[in-house]
Amino acid sequence: MAALDQTQVKEGVDQETVDAVREVGGAYKYGWETDIEMEYAPKGVNPDIVRLISEKNEEPEWMTEWRLQAFERWEQMDEPNWAMVSYPEIDFQDQYYYARPKSMEVKPKSLDEVDPKLLATYEKLGIPLKEQMILAGVEGAGETPEEGRKVAVDAVFDSVSVGTTFQKELKEAGVIFCSISEAIREHPELVKKYLGSVVPVSDNFYATLNSAVFSDGSFVYVPPGVRCPMELSTYFRINAENTGQFERTLIIADKGSYVSYLEGCTAPQRDTAQLHAAVVEIIIEEDAEVKYSTVQNWYPGDENGKGGIYNFVTKRADCRGDRSKVMWTQVETGSAVTWKYPSCILRGEESQGEFYSIAIANNMQQADTGTKMVHLGKNTKSRIVSKGISAGKAQNTYRGLVSMHPKAKNSRNYTQCDSLLIGDKCGAHTVPYIEVKNNSSRVEHEATTSKVDDDQLFYCRQRGMDEEEAVALVVNGFCKDVLQALPMEFAMEAQQLVAISLEGSVG
Amino acid sequence: MALAEAKQTATEARLSGLGLPEGGCLKAARQAALSRVQTMGLPSRRDEYWKYTRPDTLVQAEAPKAALFEADEAPMFDAFERLNIVFVDGVFDQEASDDLALEGLSIDRLEDICCKDIHWAKDLYGVLEARGQTPVERPLAALNTAFASDGVAIRVTGKVSKPINFTYVHSDENSDAILHHVIRVESGAEVTILENGPAASRFNKCMEIDVADGGKLHLVRAQGRDHKRRAATHLFARLGTESVFKSFTLTVNGVLTRNEAVIELTGDDAVAHIAGACVGDGDFHHDDTVFITHDAVNCESRQVFKKVLRNGATGVFQGKILVKEGAQKTDGYQISQSLLLDDDSQFLAKPELEIYADDVACSHGSTSGAIDEEGLFYLRSRGVPLAEATDLMTLAFLAEAVEEIEDPEIAADIVSRLEGWLARRR
Repeated sequence: MAALDQTQVKEGVDQETVDAVREVGGAYKYGWETDIEMEYAPKGVNPDIVRLISEKNEEPEWMTEWRLQAFERWEQMDEPNWAMVSYPEIDFQDQYYYARPKSMEVKPKSLDEVDPKLLATYEKLGIPLKEQMILAGVEGAGETPEEGRKVAVDAVFDSVSVGTTFQKELKEAGVIFCSISEAIREHPELVKKYLGSVVPVSDNFYATLNSAVFSDGSFVYVPPGVRCPMELSTYFRINAENTGQFERTLIIADKGSYVSYLEGCTAPQRDTAQLHAAVVEIIIEEDAEVKYSTVQNWYPGDENGKGGIYNFVTKRADCRGDRSKVMWTQVETGSAVTWKYPSCILRGEESQGEFYSIAIANNMQQADTGTKMVHLGKNTKSRIVSKGISAGKAQNTYRGLVSMHPKAKNSRNYTQCDSLLIGDKCGAHTVPYIEVKNNSSRVEHEATTSKVDDDQLFYCRQRGMDEEEAVALVVNGFCKDVLQALPMEFAMEAQQLVAISLEGSVG
Repeated sequence: MALAEAKQTATEARLSGLGLPEGGCLKAARQAALSRVQTMGLPSRRDEYWKYTRPDTLVQAEAPKAALFEADEAPMFDAFERLNIVFVDGVFDQEASDDLALEGLSIDRLEDICCKDIHWAKDLYGVLEARGQTPVERPLAALNTAFASDGVAIRVTGKVSKPINFTYVHSDENSDAILHHVIRVESGAEVTILENGPAASRFNKCMEIDVADGGKLHLVRAQGRDHKRRAATHLFARLGTESVFKSFTLTVNGVLTRNEAVIELTGDDAVAHIAGACVGDGDFHHDDTVFITHDAVNCESRQVFKKVLRNGATGVFQGKILVKEGAQKTDGYQISQSLLLDDDSQFLAKPELEIYADDVACSHGSTSGAIDEEGLFYLRSRGVPLAEATDLMTLAFLAEAVEEIEDPEIAADIVSRLEGWLARRR
């Protein structure tokens, strides 16, 4: 963080913001390593490795075939190079595609049987895997005040899921929450129906690779009319060296259901970069709602850009039913390179997509992130709020697409993306694509904080505030709006981030 | 990297029909441009920069036939005191043109640059175009530098008393014109340049403008109303300290128009305003592609683009502000808006920012939507018929772009013509 300490900050940028960014991007707290005996598949990727992964997960034949087909497609694809990120060429044959702790060779039947070392790892990360434990600091919030809030966790360690908590309680509510490998075995009809239906096998280079070699991940099915009784979460931990993590998440919210899902991720501090290529698919039926929140805190590499995670992720939600709703909230502070565009396909009439993002890039980090809002149904609505902050020598890019199809009559989009530069060696970029193909829809894209709502300003000024105070209030209120979209479990991160204001932003 | 086969074939097909003009002193520049084209290949629909506009007809060997348009009004800018330079289907027409002498500037034809030994023009020809090839390739501009068959070199040395007007006449249904102008505005000099007319069935025009410290150039152009014409134009401008460059483009009709503006602010306190208004009806595709680079301190740039679209017309805007490291105190503004008068039309936009300096203010906005119902209702409740109310609202929408024109008389002329065209189109 030395770089940021010496940075001359231009006038107008809030000192509190600089401190908060420094705090967030400070010494990486999760850089330690768990010393545990691992079992690896041979280095590299080929049909044999794909078969091996499938075999390790005890998958049925159709799944193996699905993977092999994906691999065949992947071999014909080229790595995308359009993002504003640069990194040394990745040798896809020089890493492990499967690594699991030896102690996981025989699947533990319950959490009590899980290797204590693994449990301790998650404990240290602040992720309690024991069901009686309740997250500290959030007591009394939510719908179950007397017990505090419960969060069911699926913990993924390198290539395997270590365990999933609260499975029994969730089962009583009819919710299926388990690792994807378990789902493939136990609920093949659901997996067959939905896997690859939102992100097709050959969607893009990394998604295709993921389809071939994904080792584990989470599966959620919320039946019709069920409001998931607790928040669900997956915690991804990369531990092994030279190992890529390829997880797959599939969330299905059936008619009229609701689920809030959290995702966290960390990795040890190492000199060599590591690959993480995940795919998240969400299917939302009629009147259902899914809230997906991520605090991405992969190891970002050191000040000189050594090491760190290459985070190439495909996330997409398909609002299939009428009045369905999805909300993506992401706080991106980690990874050396981020390539990630959580998207919404608004197919159902009156469906809604929301995307809230705060991306903080420091030192040599590069983030190319944003969203796609594809409006297909009538009266669909979307909202994008993206805030990018660059410090040190980092590059932060917002890349987004808003597309109004001819049939998406009376639809509405509002996009706001702000960028803040701290120091003169970093960069902030905005690459929005706007495609409007009917005239009853309104699309607005704005990228400046100085354009605060006039009415709100007027209101504040009328009550005796000076202009600056009024703007600060409105802008900060707005920023808090985004952070409030984060579930309580991320309260700590959110609190730090609230200190960030976008005053003095460049556009 | 070797070109994709399809691109290679298309490029060779286009080049085979063209002969490198006997360039004299421009020969080296033309040769260099030709090799740029060969390396880049001509644009294809798979290129990211041509995502929203199909370049096929701009690239194909033969220019598509374009019917001539019978104008029912006096040509634009005719009423103004001016120095008129006429090109018919891309060929200079001495008879129709005024005498090329005027105090405060010198005008020469491209072919005379060498025999008259006009060094400044020789040093400018193809130079800004070549600079403009990074970071994004513009092969049609390089093609123009290599094969331009005509054009002028204008050197402005003082404050010029009246505008220079290029009139581009379209007289042959199969014409395919390539024109290239180079303009240098010397320190403290000032000039207004007007352009109007469709020029040809297919028109490839390139203008390289070098504005020295404290120089000022105002450019107003109206691209002819021929329904079937196609045009790909490039404007490359380099601005020195405290210089001012303002341009406004009016596009009404034309089956395909791609206007690229590549502006580099290289001197401190320079100002660049690029504006455009377009009214598209039916088989109309209009693309404004702007790339502004801030490479000096305290510069200002404004991009204001307004598009009115109906009956299946397509409007495209690709704008970018690049603020280089050290270009502090930059003030960049970009707005692109479309008014879709019916459900068949579309607006495709990519308003980009790329910023490497922290003490700058850049904003970009983009909106798209139908005409404001409340405004319409207000007018109708006061007895204004629907069609008239729609026109009024449309003109009001275009006003922000038209206001970028410095000269009020020229602006008034453009507004009155817009009124007429809108009224006739009901």
